[in-house]
Amino acid sequence: MAKDLPVIRFRGACKSYPMAGETVQALRGVDVDIHAGEFVAIMGPSGSGKSTLMHIAGLLDSLSGGRYELEGEDVSAISRRNRADIRNRKIGFIFQSFNLLSRCSAVENVELPMLYHRPAIADWRERAMQALRSVGMESRAAHLPTQLSGGQQQRVAIARALVNRPALILADEPTGNLDSRTGREIMELLESLNTEGITLILVTHDPEVGQAAHRRIRLRDGMIEADEVN
Amino acid sequence: MHIWWTIVRLAVRALMAYKVRSLLTMLGIIIGIGSVIVMISVGRGANASIQDQIHSLGANMLMIFSGTVKSGGVQSGYGTKPTLTIGDAEAIARDCPAVLRVSHATIQPEQIVAGKKNWGARVYGTTDTYAVVRDWPLRSGEFLNEQQVRSAANVVVLGSAVHENLFEPGEEVVGQTIRIKNAPFRIIGVLQPKGRTPSGQDQDDAVFIPHTTMERKIAGGRLPGLVHFILVSAQTGELVAQAKREAEELLRQRHRIAPGAEDDFTVRTLDEFADMAGKTTDIMTYLLTAVAAISLLVGGIGIMNIMLVSVTERTREIGIRMALGAREGDVLIQFLVEAMVISIAGGIIGTLLGITAAKVIAQLAGWMAIISLDSILMATIFSAMVGIFFGFYPARKAAGLDPIQALRHE
Repeated sequence: MAKDLPVIRFRGACKSYPMAGETVQALRGVDVDIHAGEFVAIMGPSGSGKSTLMHIAGLLDSLSGGRYELEGEDVSAISRRNRADIRNRKIGFIFQSFNLLSRCSAVENVELPMLYHRPAIADWRERAMQALRSVGMESRAAHLPTQLSGGQQQRVAIARALVNRPALILADEPTGNLDSRTGREIMELLESLNTEGITLILVTHDPEVGQAAHRRIRLRDGMIEADEVN
Repeated sequence: MHIWWTIVRLAVRALMAYKVRSLLTMLGIIIGIGSVIVMISVGRGANASIQDQIHSLGANMLMIFSGTVKSGGVQSGYGTKPTLTIGDAEAIARDCPAVLRVSHATIQPEQIVAGKKNWGARVYGTTDTYAVVRDWPLRSGEFLNEQQVRSAANVVVLGSAVHENLFEPGEEVVGQTIRIKNAPFRIIGVLQPKGRTPSGQDQDDAVFIPHTTMERKIAGGRLPGLVHFILVSAQTGELVAQAKREAEELLRQRHRIAPGAEDDFTVRTLDEFADMAGKTTDIMTYLLTAVAAISLLVGGIGIMNIMLVSVTERTREIGIRMALGAREGDVLIQFLVEAMVISIAGGIIGTLLGITAAKVIAQLAGWMAIISLDSILMATIFSAMVGIFFGFYPARKAAGLDPIQALRHE
């Protein structure tokens, strides 16, 4: 990967979808570049299109117009199956409600992305433990999510996002379900990951969380309202 | 390798989370597979014991019955119109080269008296060759001999059931005297037990006297020279069919049956009996197969129903897996494996219950249950197929979910 090539490049990104008989314009021409190692907060009121942008950046959804390049590769019109494979290899998701599988232990949850990795990963168990160690959850590997606190669950989720060594991590309101002290701890963990070189994009409407990012992109009505660097 | 193991383990865990529900879902498969196993093993056991019974009737044997009475369209069973004679039997013995031995008999139910006890049994007036043709060994004493038949001696051979009912168990009775229609008969032998015929008649509940004695002292002048049936043993197993043809040809000549006219007698080989019995059990097998197929269908629909519920309940889980990179095919396989785990587990439980039930039924019915590996294998493969077939639609539905919608699902 050439140094100057952005991890994410949107050009004229548009997304519309039908809702209750009307067409909703969620994104109306977004141009943005995000480079490797950046820590970006996408902010804006609800309905501004930030969730849509995040879903498209995470290849959970596709654009209706414009162009999306991920690590220099045009992924605007690839198949559902290829999107799944790229999600698996290049993107780590962190959700507001953690989204751990309740019947699986912490380490099994971390193993999950490797289950879908092709080709199969040989040292999957060690890698899962290593990821848990990097978030300080090694001692809780055998616990079920219900036996863990919210902050601990989010740490396991972060380990899960890291385990396939993705190009970027997408975090959707990662502290939204946590008390402020635990939320700060999670933010510190995310910041330290960014310091180690991981590209981090987080979606939030919490100004305090946004303050931690190095760059803030504000969306309004599906367009970029402001793009500011700290 | 570990991927498949993980998928199966997760499927088992998902099902163990709802034990009662999973068990109820399996019930249709359990009943279906169980009845298939019962049907096959009991059916085969029944068939084998019927075949055994038929072949115990005698070695390389043919049975000839006289024709039937037809009056006003009503056709009675074999032997209702006596047409066979002792002369016919002797002619078959003399003129048919494929025939080894011939015997014949008339049967009459009589009360048999021994001391203070009495017992009703069938009295056979027959020839000295009867025991050989029937391949029927004696427990003690001897069977009728030629001299006794020729001289119409008052001698009798007892079936084992008659011995049981008139004497103490193990009592030596050869030389003792019993009375039939007030005439004294000296016991010269007791036969080994032979069991029931395929039609359920107890073959041991009979006594055997010379046909000459029967005609003169028991039958009282009825049916002179006529017999109820003729038994023929062929020279070898290969000559059974030929013996049948020869006997039929000879009897048509002797009975002056015009070409094209209907025979007034019937010749049956044991193989024909076996075939007829086989056909009856075949029909039973088809019926039970239909029942089993229907219960497997119902069981399969039950699985489909529960899997659809499961897909709805676990929509969010599906969304998470997709976000983490599960392809449509991965989700499809996960739910297919779950459906198959349910149906195969049901199949295994059904097989075990079926084997138990088959053994119990066989015990009660007095034959053996034949449990073969192929029926178990077939049951397992069949239940897996039910799982794949009925699990496919729910799995397809799960795989087709939109990841964003699925992640939003509560």
